[in-house]
Amino acid sequence: MSDPLYYRTASALSRELEAKKISSLELVRAVIERTRAVDGTVGAFISFDEDDALARARASDARREGGEALGPLDGIPVGIKDILAVEGQPLTCASRMLGDFVSPYDATAIGKLKAAGAIPWGRLNMDEFAMGSSTENSSVKTTANPWNTDCIPGGSSGGSAACVAAGEAPLTLGSDTGGSIRQPAALCGVVGMKPTYGLVSRYGLVAFASSLDQVGPFAHTVEDAAILLQAVAGYDRRDSTSYKTDIPDYRAALQENRGPWKLGIPSEYFGEGLDPEVEKAVRAAIDFYRKEGCEIVEVSLPHTEYAVGVYYIIATAEASSNLARYDGIRYTHRSSEATDAIDLYFRSRAEGFGEEVKRRVILGTYVLSSGYYDAYYLKAQKVRTLIRGDFLKAYNQVDALLTPTTPAPAFRKGEKTDDPLRMYLSDIYTIGANLAGIPGISIPCGFSGDGLPIGLQILGRPYQEADLFAIARRFEEAHDYHAKHPGL
Amino acid sequence: MANDSDGIDIDYVANLARIALTDQEKERFSGQLGDVLKYIEKLNTVDVSGVEPTAHAFPLENVWREDAAEPGFPVETALKNAPAVRRNMIAVPKVVE
Repeated sequence: MSDPLYYRTASALSRELEAKKISSLELVRAVIERTRAVDGTVGAFISFDEDDALARARASDARREGGEALGPLDGIPVGIKDILAVEGQPLTCASRMLGDFVSPYDATAIGKLKAAGAIPWGRLNMDEFAMGSSTENSSVKTTANPWNTDCIPGGSSGGSAACVAAGEAPLTLGSDTGGSIRQPAALCGVVGMKPTYGLVSRYGLVAFASSLDQVGPFAHTVEDAAILLQAVAGYDRRDSTSYKTDIPDYRAALQENRGPWKLGIPSEYFGEGLDPEVEKAVRAAIDFYRKEGCEIVEVSLPHTEYAVGVYYIIATAEASSNLARYDGIRYTHRSSEATDAIDLYFRSRAEGFGEEVKRRVILGTYVLSSGYYDAYYLKAQKVRTLIRGDFLKAYNQVDALLTPTTPAPAFRKGEKTDDPLRMYLSDIYTIGANLAGIPGISIPCGFSGDGLPIGLQILGRPYQEADLFAIARRFEEAHDYHAKHPGL
Repeated sequence: MANDSDGIDIDYVANLARIALTDQEKERFSGQLGDVLKYIEKLNTVDVSGVEPTAHAFPLENVWREDAAEPGFPVETALKNAPAVRRNMIAVPKVVE
């Protein structure tokens, strides 16, 4: 075990805590020290509360001393995207609209983390209200890719991905509406998973596009991601779209499920626009599975080319509705210039929202407006049915699909900020899973010639996260891409 | 079918969305959203006759609970994030003449 404390995996830390080789207090101090040392460069955090984390670490050590440790996450810090409510902590969604907001309650995922003894650590940067693919839409700051600080970390959960990659927490939570966990995980060289829609409660997750949003884990390894998902998954009566199902023991499944699997390669994900270095790394991963005895089958997802269009209709329509609550009245920024109540709405929203949020609310309002609803929104919902059907048809034939997570490695800061459509197209391989509701994981599978990480995406059947973890783990245990760290 | 990709009436839509836009924003958004709508036009080529719309990826039924009162936030907690408070209420500009 040569990694410094702050770069060890959660499962290794868990064993050391259990064996009392380290204390949670030592671990949290190491993470705080690391964060202080590198976050000026990385910018993963919007804020962090050292006293709260230290108090929780002491409480964890006391539990363990009393023989009452709560499980594998007890005493382990977990970084939190600034979109999940943690009682008594700020929640800004990286927006001026929620500048001074303090959460009065815990999101269900956070409540479950606390019940498992984990320590919610800091507020991680993101694109404002999760709208973006580079974290450049944060109103607070930009986050750097730890592998090359001139590059973006991806988004919208860029802070969550960069935080793990930079050793500022062994685990983090993010949210994924169109790729916002998998894309930054790929670009920062860490593991990121979007579970099946409905597996993790959305209660206390600030809503962007309610039919697409899911909470999910970031980690150094597949096993760590499984441990974190285990803690936060499960039915919640406070989320009406929560799914009632028994959650399997994901770590046990990692041991038991050894394949071989039948894996599909969707030809539409290997076409025009795919960077040759990314293609080479992903093809090498496919060869690995073939050599491991997996049957590799070409499949077709014929409606893939419509996914980005469908997504930007449905996601903006839902966002325009969800963001209507930010009205300057109850708990948001309020303009001091308003002349009357209606003017208060106009000015508070103009002052509180950043450019991309305004652009999407306008687009979403337009596609829902009288005369356009059928042509855009209803049409998009119908094409969504076809996209979902493509995936379900493929799963009649194969256990999972192997694809690139992103068309290219991390791009440079500022490169796409003036061209929203180009930015939107960087999510082309991740959006389908959200529209279809299926789970997906991104794992490190190589590096570009410039030393930037490349991600392999594995897409699975609904609620078969255990299979996805097992398939991903098979690659991971034969490679060491996940164990490499950036030189910060 | 949606064909009028160059025709987003930005003033009308911004009014519906209750956002005051500057002239520069209106001009920029009109151009950018025109590009996005043009890209979206490719949906016109998909045959969706007989296809049901999907609102959620998995079929959902109504979820019911007993109509029983549960404790909520104390007033102070509920008002903690309010931008203006007077006598345990959120203060707003006058809405009736």
